[in-house]
Amino acid sequence: MSQPFRRASGGRIDRNRPLTVSFNGKTLEGFAGDTVASMLLASGQHLAGRSFKYHRPRGILSHGSDEPSALLSVDWRHDRGPGYRDPNNRASVVEARDGLVVKTQNHWPSLALDIGAVNDLLSPIFVAGFYYKTFMWPKRFWDKVYEPIIRKAAGLGEAPEYPDPDHYANRHAHADVLIVGAGPAGLAAALTASADASKRVILADEGAEPGGALLNDLTSTIDGQPAMDWVEDAVATLDGRENVILLPRTTGFGYYNHNHVCLVERVSDHRADAPEGLARERLWQVRARQVVLATGSHERPLVFENNDKPGVMLAESLRAYVNRWAVLPGDALIVVTAAASAYRTALDAKAAGMRVEIVDIRLGADCGPELAAARDAGITVRTGHTVIRALGGNRVGALVVAPIGTDGSIGPKLTLDCDCVAMSGGWTPSVHLFSQSRGKLAFDTEIDAFVPDKSVQAERSAGACRGLYDLGAVLADGFAAGSDAIGGAASPQPVEASAAFTGFQPVRVLPSDADPSRIKAFVDFQNDVTVKDIKLAVREGFESIEHVKRYTTTGMATDQGKTSNMNALGLVAGILNRPIPAVGTTTFRPPYTPVSFGALIGPARNELFDPVRKTPIDGWAAQNGAVFEPVGLWRRARYFPQAGEDMQAALARETKAVRSTVGIFDASTLGKIEVVGPDAAEFMNRIYTNAWNKLKTGGCRYGLMLREDGFVYDDGVVARLAENRFHVTTTTGGAPRVLRHMEDYLQTEWPDLDVFLTSITEQWAVIALQGPKARDVLEPFVSEIELSETAFPHMTVKTGSVCGVPCRLFRVSFTGELGYEVNVPADYGEAVWTTLFNAGQKHGITPYGTEAMHVLRAEVGYIVVGQETDGTATPDDVGLSGLVSKVKPDFVGKRSLSRPDMVAAGRRQLVGLLTKDPNEVLDEGAQVVKDPGQPIPMKMIGHVTSSYRSENCGRSIAMAMIDDGRARIGETVFATTPTGFTEAVIAPAVFYEVKGETADA
Amino acid sequence: MLLIRCPYCGERPETEFHCGGEAHIARPDTPADISDADWGSFLYTRTNPKGLHAERWLHAHGCGRWFNALRDTVSDAFVTTYEMGTPRPDPISETAKA
Repeated sequence: MSQPFRRASGGRIDRNRPLTVSFNGKTLEGFAGDTVASMLLASGQHLAGRSFKYHRPRGILSHGSDEPSALLSVDWRHDRGPGYRDPNNRASVVEARDGLVVKTQNHWPSLALDIGAVNDLLSPIFVAGFYYKTFMWPKRFWDKVYEPIIRKAAGLGEAPEYPDPDHYANRHAHADVLIVGAGPAGLAAALTASADASKRVILADEGAEPGGALLNDLTSTIDGQPAMDWVEDAVATLDGRENVILLPRTTGFGYYNHNHVCLVERVSDHRADAPEGLARERLWQVRARQVVLATGSHERPLVFENNDKPGVMLAESLRAYVNRWAVLPGDALIVVTAAASAYRTALDAKAAGMRVEIVDIRLGADCGPELAAARDAGITVRTGHTVIRALGGNRVGALVVAPIGTDGSIGPKLTLDCDCVAMSGGWTPSVHLFSQSRGKLAFDTEIDAFVPDKSVQAERSAGACRGLYDLGAVLADGFAAGSDAIGGAASPQPVEASAAFTGFQPVRVLPSDADPSRIKAFVDFQNDVTVKDIKLAVREGFESIEHVKRYTTTGMATDQGKTSNMNALGLVAGILNRPIPAVGTTTFRPPYTPVSFGALIGPARNELFDPVRKTPIDGWAAQNGAVFEPVGLWRRARYFPQAGEDMQAALARETKAVRSTVGIFDASTLGKIEVVGPDAAEFMNRIYTNAWNKLKTGGCRYGLMLREDGFVYDDGVVARLAENRFHVTTTTGGAPRVLRHMEDYLQTEWPDLDVFLTSITEQWAVIALQGPKARDVLEPFVSEIELSETAFPHMTVKTGSVCGVPCRLFRVSFTGELGYEVNVPADYGEAVWTTLFNAGQKHGITPYGTEAMHVLRAEVGYIVVGQETDGTATPDDVGLSGLVSKVKPDFVGKRSLSRPDMVAAGRRQLVGLLTKDPNEVLDEGAQVVKDPGQPIPMKMIGHVTSSYRSENCGRSIAMAMIDDGRARIGETVFATTPTGFTEAVIAPAVFYEVKGETADA
Repeated sequence: MLLIRCPYCGERPETEFHCGGEAHIARPDTPADISDADWGSFLYTRTNPKGLHAERWLHAHGCGRWFNALRDTVSDAFVTTYEMGTPRPDPISETAKA
C-alpha cells in the first residue's frame, strides 16, 4: 500500500530510509521513525482490529502505550523460524522496521467481514455479568458445554504456540536519582539532578526518543526557540555527562518497596539488523536513593454513541500523527472537545491542510483564548454543542451534533460529514507508579483528577503526572524536582516557555436525547464496556468501584483502563450522586504496561531455571546409566537399570545384591556439620535428645533432634572425632535448616557457649559400602585403620586414608548390613569410588540408588524424617523413645514432651502394614480405616507413609502411622486404593531380619 | 523488594534474609519448672501487633548472624535493626530519627 496520507514534508521520520511491513499479507510502506500505527494511517487504513466482545470494527485511538483498540499479532522475526510471534501488541508502540509481519486479531474470516460481529446485534444479551447470570445452570453443563465454548471464545488475540526462542537479559543497577519519563519535566529534572557529577542519574523513557509530548509539538517555544531545540540541547547535555544513563524504549512498570523500581528495556525489536543472540528485552531492577516520577498524563475519550468508530481518535494523538509522523488521518476533521488543548490539534491540522471544524461541549463563555485563536484561523467552532452519535461503517463518516439548551435540552440536530474525529475529554495524570509506591492520592476538583498527595517512599512527582499542564509550569516543576532529589543542591535554570491552552470541563457522557437502552457509548474500548453496562452494574448493587470493575471488566486487560478509568469512575459517582473521592479509585497494580514473561524470567529458564547440585560422583553415575531424581536441589541417582530392566527389576537386583554381596551407594548429599569448640559436647547435649557426654572419641551415635514443640525435626549419625569435635550428619534435605536451627540457639539462647558450627556438606564425598562383602572390598585400600570387628566395631569412626586419600571412615549402616561410609575430600570422590567399584567387581559389587536405599532401610524398619514424620510426630510416636535422655535436665523440645497431649493415649504410632495380597503395593499416603463399610465420612485411623515391593522379603511391605498403632498389631484394617479398599494387617515395622554379621543400629 | 539493614553488613536485599518470628521471647532457663500453660504460651502465643513489631532476622545468605528488627506491620517499613541481646529500642525516638 502506498502512502496517500503522508505529508510531503515534516515529521520526525527519515524519508531517506523507506521500509515495509507486512500487514495481513499486504505490504505497508513507511519510513524509519514510523510506528505500525502511523504507517496504517499513512496508507489510509483506519480499521485495525475487531473488538473483544461485540467484534465491532476498531481503529487507532491513541499514539502511545495507552492504546486500547489497535492490538496486533506481531511476528518479530519471521525469517528466523516459528516462535517469534506474540499477540496484543499496540500498533501505536510497535516501531516499524523491515521484516515485521503483523496481523489484526479477533475476526473471522477477515478483518473487513467478521462473522463474530453478529455479537454486536445480539448485544442486548451480552450485558454486564452475562456469564455470571447465564451459565449458572444446569450444573452439569458447565464442564462439557459452557466452559469449552467460553474458553474458545475468550481471550484477546491468540497465545503463542511455541516456547519463546528469544534471549532476555537482566540487570541490577543503583542510582542516586532515577527519573521515569523523559518529557519536559523528566528532562528538566535530569538536568538539575545530574548537575552534580557525583550523583548517578538514570533517565528512562518508554518512547523511542526523549521529548514526550514535545515530540508532537511544533508551536511551543522555550526561551524563544522551538521546544524540540531545547529537548535536543538537553539530551546533548545529558549525553555528555558521565554520571547519566539515558534509557530510551524503557518502561518503568513497577514501583516496589524501598525505591526498587523495575524497568523493561526493548533492546532489539526495533532493529532490523539485530544480530541473532542479542537480547530482545532487558529487565532493569533499579534501586534508587531518590525517584522522580515524570510520567505525564493520559487524554480522556468522550463518551457518545458509536464513539468507537475507526477514525475517531484522541485529539492529542491526532496532533501527534500530523506533526510527528507527517500523516493526515483524513481530509475532513471534526474536533469534539471539552478541553482547551484540543484546539491546538485543530489549529495544527488546519495548518497541515485538513478541513477542520470544532464542536465544543463548553459554552463560549467558559472557553479561554483558544476560542479566538481557532476562529481567527478560520475554523468553525460550535460551542455549547453535543455529539448525539457517530455514523459510518468501518470508518466514521459523519457526526450528528446538536446544541445543548440552557435547561439541558437537546436542540435541532445537524449532521456534519467527516472522515476523522479528534476527541478530548480532558486529561488524567498518570499516577500509576506513584500509587504503586503506596503514595496517597488526593482528588483535585479543579482539574477533576486524582493527583499525588502524600509520599511514602523517597520520591516526588513532577509535571503533568501531578496535574500541571502548562509547559512553563511543567519545566519549572521538573527543574525543582531534580534539584530536590539531590537535596536542593542544584539551582533551577529559569526558562521561559510559551503559554499552552489548558483547562477542561469534566463531562462523563455527552448529553443526548437518544434512548439510552438502545445505544452503545463506550467507556472502555478494550473490554467493550458501555455506559449501559456500568449503569446496570450500579443498579444491581455494585457500588464499590472495585466491584463495578470486576463485574463489568472496565479498566481491565492490557491497557488497564488508562483512557477509561476516570470516565467510569465519574459515571459511577454521578449515578450514585456521590463525590468522586467518596467512590475512590481502583488499585493501580504493576505492571504499568504488559511485560513479557521472558523479560521477567531473563536467563532463568531450562537448565538455568534452578541450580542443580551434583555430587562428585554424579559424572560416574551418568556414564553408568543412572536414572536420576531431584531431591531438593540435588540430583541423585535413583537406580541403575541394566539392559531391558524397568525400575522394579533394577530395584530387585540392587536390593538383593546388598543383602547377598555388596552394594555401593553415593551418600554425598548427606548434610554434614562440624561442631567444634570447648563447649561442643554441652551444645550437643542441649540440641539433641541423646546424651553425648558418655560418647567416647571415635564413637558414633544415632542422634535425634526435636523442635522446641517436641516434634521430630531431623536425625542422623553423629561421630565424635575428638573431645571437642563432632561430625554431625543430617538428612539430605535438612542440612540448611538444621544448621540454621543450631545457629539460632547458639547465637540467641546460649551465646555463652564457645562453639563453632561449620557446614562441611560439600567438603566430603560419601561412599557407602553396604553388604556382607563390604569389608572385603574396602580392606585392600585402607591404611592406618584396622577393619576387624573388634578393632573397628559397628557405630565407630576412624580417620586414616583410603586409596592414599585422607578419610573419615564410618562403620555405620542404613541397611542393617555390615556397612562403611567412606568420607573423602570431594575432589577425590569419583576416583575413590571408581577404584572401589572396579576392585569390587570380583565380589559382585552393585551400585544402587536412592530407591533401593529406601527399600533397604524400610526392610529393617528405619524411618526417614519427613516421610514417616510430618512435623507432628514425637520420638515415641515413631518408636524412638529410647533415644530420648531421661537424665538430662533440659534439651530443645524436652519440656514439650510432657505436655498432656504429647503423652495422651491413642496417638498415631509407627507400625508396619502387610497387605493380604503379598503382591499388592499400597499407595504412599493412602488413608487407613477400620471398616470400609461404615458411612461416609469415614473415621480414618491413619495413613501409609512408606510402601515398597521388597524382593528380600518376597512381598510388599509398608510403614504406616496408625492411631494407637502398637496396641493394634495383628488387627486387620483397610487402606484406600484408587478404586476402593484393600485389606492389610498391622505388624511391627521391621520386615527383614539380617543374617550373618549384622548391624544392630 | 525490601532493603534490610543487617547490623553487621549494612543494607542488603530481603532475599538474603530469613525471618525468625517475634523477638524478645526468651527461652525459660529451667523449662521443667514451667507450667504446661506457661510453656504452651511460650511456644505458641505471639503478640501479632498492628504497627511496630520486634522480630528476629537471620542474614542467611550473608554473615549468617541473627539480629533483631523493629518493623511496622502496616507499612512494612523497617524502623531499625539492632544486635541480639540489646534491648528493644524506643520506637518513638527511633521513628523521629528515621
